[in-house]
Amino acid sequence: MNAFENDVERARALEALLAGRYPDARGRYGPFGGRYVPETLIPAHERLEQGARRWLRDPDFQAELQRELRDWVGRPTALTPAPRLSARWGVELWLKREDLAHTGAHKINNALGQALLARRLGAQRVIAETGAGQHGVASAAACARVGLPCTVYMGAVDMERQAPNVGRMQLLGATVVAVQSGDRTLRAAIDEALRDWVSDPIGTYYLLGSAVGAHPYPYLVRELQAVIGREARAQMLERAGALPDALIACVGGGSNAIGLFHAFLADAAVEIVGIEAGGRGARLGENAATLVYGRPGVLHGSYSLLLQDQAGQIQDTHSISAGLDYPGVGPEHALLQQIGRVRYRCVDDEAALAALRECCELEGILPALESAHALAGARVLAAAQPRRRILVGLSGRGDKDMPTLTARLPHEQQAAQVSRRRE
Amino acid sequence: MSEQTQPRERIAAALRAAAGSGETALVAYLTAGFPSREDFARDLAAIASAADVVEIGVPFSDPMADGVTIQRASEQALRAGVSLGWILEQLEAPSPRRTPLLLMSYFNPLLAYGLPRLVTQAERAGVCGFIVPDLPYDESAEFARLLDDNGLALVQMVTPVTPPERLTRVAGASQGFVYAVTMTGTTGQSVGAAAGLAAYLERVRRVASVPVCAGFGIRTRAQVTALRGQADGVVVGSALVEVLERGESPQQFLRGLRGEAPAA
Repeated sequence: MNAFENDVERARALEALLAGRYPDARGRYGPFGGRYVPETLIPAHERLEQGARRWLRDPDFQAELQRELRDWVGRPTALTPAPRLSARWGVELWLKREDLAHTGAHKINNALGQALLARRLGAQRVIAETGAGQHGVASAAACARVGLPCTVYMGAVDMERQAPNVGRMQLLGATVVAVQSGDRTLRAAIDEALRDWVSDPIGTYYLLGSAVGAHPYPYLVRELQAVIGREARAQMLERAGALPDALIACVGGGSNAIGLFHAFLADAAVEIVGIEAGGRGARLGENAATLVYGRPGVLHGSYSLLLQDQAGQIQDTHSISAGLDYPGVGPEHALLQQIGRVRYRCVDDEAALAALRECCELEGILPALESAHALAGARVLAAAQPRRRILVGLSGRGDKDMPTLTARLPHEQQAAQVSRRRE
Repeated sequence: MSEQTQPRERIAAALRAAAGSGETALVAYLTAGFPSREDFARDLAAIASAADVVEIGVPFSDPMADGVTIQRASEQALRAGVSLGWILEQLEAPSPRRTPLLLMSYFNPLLAYGLPRLVTQAERAGVCGFIVPDLPYDESAEFARLLDDNGLALVQMVTPVTPPERLTRVAGASQGFVYAVTMTGTTGQSVGAAAGLAAYLERVRRVASVPVCAGFGIRTRAQVTALRGQADGVVVGSALVEVLERGESPQQFLRGLRGEAPAA
């Protein structure tokens, strides 16, 4: 299935995208996107859209945002060559280090920007959803920084597998609400946050964490994350003296990927690849690879691709990575796939774990399980086409994944640690 | 009723008939196949006998505008295998039905079914219209046109926070009735006598060309009585679902709301 009839239409859509005509006035990226929300939330979305368009262009707001990104987030983040992984994989590998941003992932770029926006819009309180906990931690931190109370909805399943982040959110002053409804992961957390927002659409600001949801969220989140790609492009030109041959990021909802990709979309020679969570298999329910296996539909406010059954019921997903464990994807990614500008592939849990270990052992960097999917994708790409220059978006650090990783570490390694301790 | 009466006109006619006799019209909601798939036809007939219009809820995996009662009902109905296709099959079975029926569904199950096929089959099954809580006016043009071509209604929702110009546009486009959400929040939360409710409903009625029904959080006879004269009808959802869940009589509950029998 393709939303476009032919190559001419696809080329035209790419041209519109590069000319900045998406989202259009109806919040669409070609056929994708839109605003499918209950009437109660329409005025709140309209106000947010006007606010985003006004403040993102406002020099005072931009000055404040840039200052905070530098002084508080620690931007620009490093571009790190990865010589030992490069030698092992037979490519020239570069890492864009969002794991070095404050709170340990790219999520802070969006959370800070939206928290500043919430204050400008006069919000009384902020609510957020979180999957891996990274967006929850980023939201809690950003709200503490700007002085707004914050409530974070988190699936009960995720609270268990990302326990360290729950404590961090609470220390940062946020109220964490365990979501027991639905699948008790990110999807149910979004449902619950929306229910909260419906109760108070005027005073509450919903700080959505990914490039998903109803217009203007996919646009707002993209604009706030595009700093990743702008920095990375300039850093590549300065450090490597050239653009990468290929660019790779992991895609759950797709915010770090859209942020990294955007500055490179016009560079036709740069191959762009998004890596989804292949989980433990290709069947519905075994993965979270929406663009690879999904079909179009409406969830959480936008028309995009979804993992759903024949009757349009949204399906439970599986990924070892809580941050990728989501049955939808941002509408702009759906467009980028349909026009052929970005290729989307998936790697499974085991490949992500293996890449994570290689990155730890060879580069001394513990990536998040989400980011490990991008590394595993780079490894596949390297095997297919060696000697190329590849830039990987390392979206976050893996400290939060220690409960999962400890359980999955091979037994011989755990035994070796025990015997070392005895010596 | 003349041969030419479109299905969508039956909705307004039924509501006006009730209001004409001095009553507040009752729009009753049930989740299809809850509490039991086997009893759906019986529950529907019982509710239809005591209400003026019936909304049949199509269960969805992510009912983001619904409170805990309808979430629970949806989950259980899905587990029992209820689907849009099954509901349409049930409705096609012959029955002496006079009460107009609406389907209430989130948009994705409708999209997955295929909108043109859905509209044809719904009309054949005697459905008079649709309510789609996550399909706001701005996104509804294509579906509204399809329904219109087949004589079916698309009921639009308005809320206390809908701005005036938008209210005029949305209420004006609504067919069957205007669904006036009486509060912000999800379905089924209890609500007191909201300040400004009368003024809000008056604003809606002034711009509506079809009857206005107030909904979200209607549970008691006192609420229905208080709305007399302010709205043409009331929508009763979560409270009725809870009655069915407890195994009580839906007719008795609905009649009690209108004061035809002692309210429980």
